[in-house]
Amino acid sequence: MSALIAPSARSRSPGGTQEPKWVRVCLIAVALAFIALFLVLPLAAVLTEALRNGVHAYREALREPDAVSAIRLTVITALIAVPLNLVFGVAAAWAIAKYEFHGKAFLTTLVDLPFSVSPVVAGLIYVLLFGAQGWFGPWLQAHDIKIIFAVPGIVLATVFVTFPFIARELIPLMQSQGNDEEQAAIVLGATGWQTFWHVTLPNIKWGLFYGVILCNARAMGEFGAVSVVSGHIRGQTNTMPLHVEILYNEYHSAAAFAVASLLALLALVTLAIKSVAEWRQGKILKALGELPPERAGVYAADALTLQPAG
Amino acid sequence: MSIEIRHIKKNFGDFKALDDVSLDIDSGELIALLGPSGCGKTTLLRIIAGLETADQGTIAFSGEDATHVHVRERRVGFVFQHYALFRHMTVFENVAFGLRVKPRGTRPDDAQIALKVHALLNLVQLDWLADRYPAQLSGGQRQRIALARALAVEPKVLLLDEPFGALDAKVRKELRRWLRRLHDELSVTTIFVTHDQEEALEVSDRVVVMNHGAVEQVGAPQQVWEAPATAFVYGFLGDVNQFKGQVSAGQMRIGSKKQQVFLPSPDYMQSDALPAVAYVRPYDFDVRRYSPDDEGIVAHLERAVVVGPIARMELRAPVEGGLAGAQLIEAQIPASLFHQEAFTEGETLVLAPRRARVFAGAAQAGFARP
Repeated sequence: MSALIAPSARSRSPGGTQEPKWVRVCLIAVALAFIALFLVLPLAAVLTEALRNGVHAYREALREPDAVSAIRLTVITALIAVPLNLVFGVAAAWAIAKYEFHGKAFLTTLVDLPFSVSPVVAGLIYVLLFGAQGWFGPWLQAHDIKIIFAVPGIVLATVFVTFPFIARELIPLMQSQGNDEEQAAIVLGATGWQTFWHVTLPNIKWGLFYGVILCNARAMGEFGAVSVVSGHIRGQTNTMPLHVEILYNEYHSAAAFAVASLLALLALVTLAIKSVAEWRQGKILKALGELPPERAGVYAADALTLQPAG
Repeated sequence: MSIEIRHIKKNFGDFKALDDVSLDIDSGELIALLGPSGCGKTTLLRIIAGLETADQGTIAFSGEDATHVHVRERRVGFVFQHYALFRHMTVFENVAFGLRVKPRGTRPDDAQIALKVHALLNLVQLDWLADRYPAQLSGGQRQRIALARALAVEPKVLLLDEPFGALDAKVRKELRRWLRRLHDELSVTTIFVTHDQEEALEVSDRVVVMNHGAVEQVGAPQQVWEAPATAFVYGFLGDVNQFKGQVSAGQMRIGSKKQQVFLPSPDYMQSDALPAVAYVRPYDFDVRRYSPDDEGIVAHLERAVVVGPIARMELRAPVEGGLAGAQLIEAQIPASLFHQEAFTEGETLVLAPRRARVFAGAAQAGFARP
C-alpha cells in the first residue's frame, strides 16, 4: 500500500518534506511584501521627509538648541537607565536561573510586569507617588526635591519600562547553562566573585550584550511613560521622542523627521550590532565543526606513561 | 585521607534521599557507590564534597570534623557527571583554573602553572589538546580533562559522579581500566558513583551497594558478588530468577503440589511455613529433557538464543490450570551442551537449581531489578 503511494507523493514534493514550488513562492512573496510595506517603506519615508528641504535644513534641525538639549537628555537618561538595569537584570536573572526559593514564580512574573503594563500607566504611577498631589509630594516639596517634570522622573520611568529587557534575555540562557560550571569553580576553590567574573560572565556575555543593546534602544525611544512625567518643558525635560512629537504638532514636519531619522538610525545600528554578534557566534561554531577528527587509540594501555602530578 | 561518615540524613521535601548512612573509607581506597537511580548515591557524594549539606549527621576527614567546612576549603576534587568543563576556556585554562584562583599569597606564578598543567595533561595523555576548547573534544577526552582539572589542586579525596555514564561502551571499558591504573599510581582516596554493577565490581577495592537512601552492603567485589547480604543486592548484581514459596525447617518448597522442588535453606532451620523468596541465577540451573520422575521445575522452552559460547533460554513453568500467568524463567547453559542435547523451542524441560539463595521474612523485601 505504502509502496504504491510513495512514488506519486515523491513526484509532487521532491524533498519529501518540501511544499510545492508555487506555495513556497507565494509564501515568500507575501512575507517580503509585508516587510516592504510595514518596515522598509516607513523607514524610507522618514529619510525622504527628513531631507525634503535639503541637507542644510536637516543639519539645522539637529543643531537647533532645543533639539541638542533633547538629544543630550536622551543620552543622559540612557546612560543612567542602562547601567542600572544591567545590574538589576543580571542580579534578577542570576537569582531566578541559579537558585530555588519560595516566590520564584512570583518574581519571574514581576520581572515581566513592565512589559504587560501600558507605559502611560507606568508614568502615572510615578506621578501619583512623587507628583505635587502624590503620596510623597508634600515631603519632596518640603525638601525641595523635584522628581516629576524633571530629569529624575524621566530616568525613573525609563528604568521601569526597560527593566525586563536584560533579565528576559539572560534568564533562559542561564537556565539552559545550569549550575555545573559554577559548582565546579567553587569546588576548585574559587570565591563567589571569581566564579561570577571568570565563569558566569564569559558564558552570558553575548546574551548580556544583546540585552543591553535592546535595553538602550528602548530607553532612547520610550515615549509614553516619559511623556506623562516629563511635563514637556522645551530645552529642559524634552527627550528626542517628545521633541519629535512637538515639532510634528507644530507643522515642522521636516525638522520632526530629521530628529526621527536619528532614532531610526539607532534602530539600524542596533540591528547591525546584533547581526555582527550572531555572525561571530556562528563563525565560532563553524570553526569548531571543521576541526580534524580526534586521534584514535589514545587509550591504549601501552601508551600509559604515568608521571607524578606536580 | 580517610573519611568517616556518621548517621547522615538528608530529605528533599518529603523524599528521603539518605536515611541514616554511616560509612568508613580508608585512606587510598577506591570505593564504588552502587545503586539504582534515586537510591541516594549521588546525594551522598555531593554531601562528602560539601555541595549539599546533610540535615543530620557528621563527616570527618582523617578524624577531623568537616561537616561545616565550606566546599571551597575541603580540598576535594570533584568530577561532574557531564564534566562541567568551562566552555569558554581552552583545555589548558580549564586545568589551570584551580591554580589561578588561589589567594595571591599561595598562587604559583605563570611558569609554575604552565609546568604543572602540562604535567597533568601528560598524566591524562592529552597534552596535545591543550589549546582546544571543550566543545572540540570527544566524551572520553572531556572526562579525562575534567579529571586533570580536579587533580590540579592536589585534592585529598577524589569524587567522581557517574564518571563513565555518558560514554559509549568501548570507551567506557578502556577508561575504566585507565582510572584503576591512575588510582594505583596516585593512591588518592577515590569515591565514584555508578549504577553499573559491572563497572563497580571491576574497578573498585570495595563496593557500597545502596538502595532507598540506605546502605545495603559494603564489601570487596568478590564478597558482594558471592555472598549478597540482602535480597536487593542479590537482585541488583546480575540477572536472577525469583520463586515464591514457604520455608520449613531449613527446606524451602517451591512449585506446584504435583511437582515440588525442595531447596536447602540452612539460614532458616527453626522456621515453620514462613513465606520466602528463593533466588536462582540463570546459570545455576541444570537443564534436562522432561521425564515424569525427575525432580525439578517443569517448564516449556519458549525461546532460545545462542550467541557465542552461551545459550540463553526463556522458559515458562505452568502454574495450576495451564500456562496463563505462568512465570518466565531465564536459564543459561553452555552452547555446546545446548547443541549436544538438541533442545528445540516448544519442548518441555526440567530445571533443577544447583544453587539457590533463600530470603524469608523481612529480608525478602527490597528486591529490585537493575
